[in-house]
Amino acid sequence: MFTINKKAKNLSIALMAIGLIALIFGFASNPHGAWPALLFNTYFYLGISVFAVFFVAMQYVSEAGWSIVLKRVPEAIMGALPAFSSIMLLIMVASIMHVNHIYHWLHEGIMTVGHAEYDYIIAGKEPYLNATFFIIRTIIYLLGWNYFAKKLRSLSLLEDREGGTAIHFKSVSTSAWFMVFFAVTSAMASWDWIMSIDAHWFSTLFGWYVFAEWAAIGFTSILLFTLYLQRQGYLKDVNESHIHDLGKWIFAFSLVWTYMWFSQFMLIWYANIPEEVAYFTARLEVENYKFLFWFSMIINFVLPVILLMSRDAKRHNSRLIFVSIIILIGHWLNSYLLVAPGTLNTHGHIGFTEIGIGLGFAGLLIHLTFKTLAKEQMEAKNHPMLDESKHLHT
Amino acid sequence: MSKNTLYGIFDCELVLLAAVKEVRANKIEIKEVYSPFPIHGLDKALGLKETRMAITAFIYGCIGLSLAALMIYNIMIIDWPQNIGGKPNFTFYHNMPAFIPIMFECTVLFAAHLMSITYLIRNGLYPGAASDCPDPRTTDDKFLMEIEVEGDLAALKAMLTKNGATEINEKDA
Repeated sequence: MFTINKKAKNLSIALMAIGLIALIFGFASNPHGAWPALLFNTYFYLGISVFAVFFVAMQYVSEAGWSIVLKRVPEAIMGALPAFSSIMLLIMVASIMHVNHIYHWLHEGIMTVGHAEYDYIIAGKEPYLNATFFIIRTIIYLLGWNYFAKKLRSLSLLEDREGGTAIHFKSVSTSAWFMVFFAVTSAMASWDWIMSIDAHWFSTLFGWYVFAEWAAIGFTSILLFTLYLQRQGYLKDVNESHIHDLGKWIFAFSLVWTYMWFSQFMLIWYANIPEEVAYFTARLEVENYKFLFWFSMIINFVLPVILLMSRDAKRHNSRLIFVSIIILIGHWLNSYLLVAPGTLNTHGHIGFTEIGIGLGFAGLLIHLTFKTLAKEQMEAKNHPMLDESKHLHT
Repeated sequence: MSKNTLYGIFDCELVLLAAVKEVRANKIEIKEVYSPFPIHGLDKALGLKETRMAITAFIYGCIGLSLAALMIYNIMIIDWPQNIGGKPNFTFYHNMPAFIPIMFECTVLFAAHLMSITYLIRNGLYPGAASDCPDPRTTDDKFLMEIEVEGDLAALKAMLTKNGATEINEKDA
């Protein structure tokens, strides 16, 4: 049974306190800049927590046995999903009520012919981009993800108590349904929440790009929690091979993310069509973002590739922790770049509000994950492939 | 004294694995083991050195990357600069995004092909190569341990039988 270490508890509370101060400071000093800061941080941490659901579902669907001994870690990260979903919902409700100005296409009159704000390109997107449908979609995504998270978690706990393969196969089919649902909704959520900020622009691989980012930070978080718990003396069955496998995933998804990043960038750069290129000029020709744009690409791609390439590196805990932290920072900067240029243009900068909210959410994630972990036995029992996982050897 | 080669044949891979450990514990060198499928843990039991294929892969990849960079630099910058969609064509690094797919593909091409070739050379495989396999049944359901010995065969034979060999053959001189 897991008990929260006093140091970790104090740390998470301190982080949450910083986050709260940053939130109050941000909204008091510059609400126009605080909303995008809140949005990109929520996007980042919601990604981590919803990816944990994906991870669990992926193991069931692919009948993978290796991960069973650390299964409770992603399941615990899932515990943070309701909180981050609520924050995301709050931001979206505030958006459609015109409390904030994150989404340009929600402006009054932008879709009314003859209005001073009328924009015929955005008006053409009205069937999809309208406040009612938008909020309904957001609710469907969030409710759906939370439903599947709860369902998978309760099936897993039921398996611990009752055993038998019937529950396992129920989990497999639930996971398969989640996969289908998530394939559609993760892409649509990325269009709604992030891509529609730059409403004129669109990219057909944006959904995969966002998914690859969520996967990279999701695997990284699972690894960091696993290593922490191991150091605290839990998860006795997790051996070097499990850590190696997680390292491979991080390495692979850093590459997938870069592949998506580059595919999107190069085609637009090469074709040089004004309506497409506007997205990158907003990033590359504004002093605030130019450095971050290349910098985030380097630390999300070059460093993980060099530092994690060899087999030994993926079995070396301190190296893995170092790279994981770099990846988390890199993708956090990249999430900032997804939101800030479209909302704040030349006024965006990373300050106390952005970093503070990021740290506060990290505290919230740690707090909720440990709270969920402490509720149940750390080791999964009765899973049909548990024994295989204990003997993993690669 | 001349060398003799013994073939211990086993029916089960687990028995073979145990026998390999036992034989090596008695300081007898095993020349080779033949099996219809890869046996988990056999490489460790045989004390084989870790493969250096990963290092060659890295070197070949680097060769591919640098050759591709040189090639595309020569073609698109030095020899015949072309104005394609107004893209910068005077410097390599300005036009870099357009070259990355080529450099990436060449890296993969070189790494994959040279690794395969290295593998074939190291294993002495080429079209028409004669098989090393001393007993064709090892491609079906038997496992074979090949030991080269000088001198006393009887003791070794006894040990192999004790460790579960179902059949022991000697190589025809």
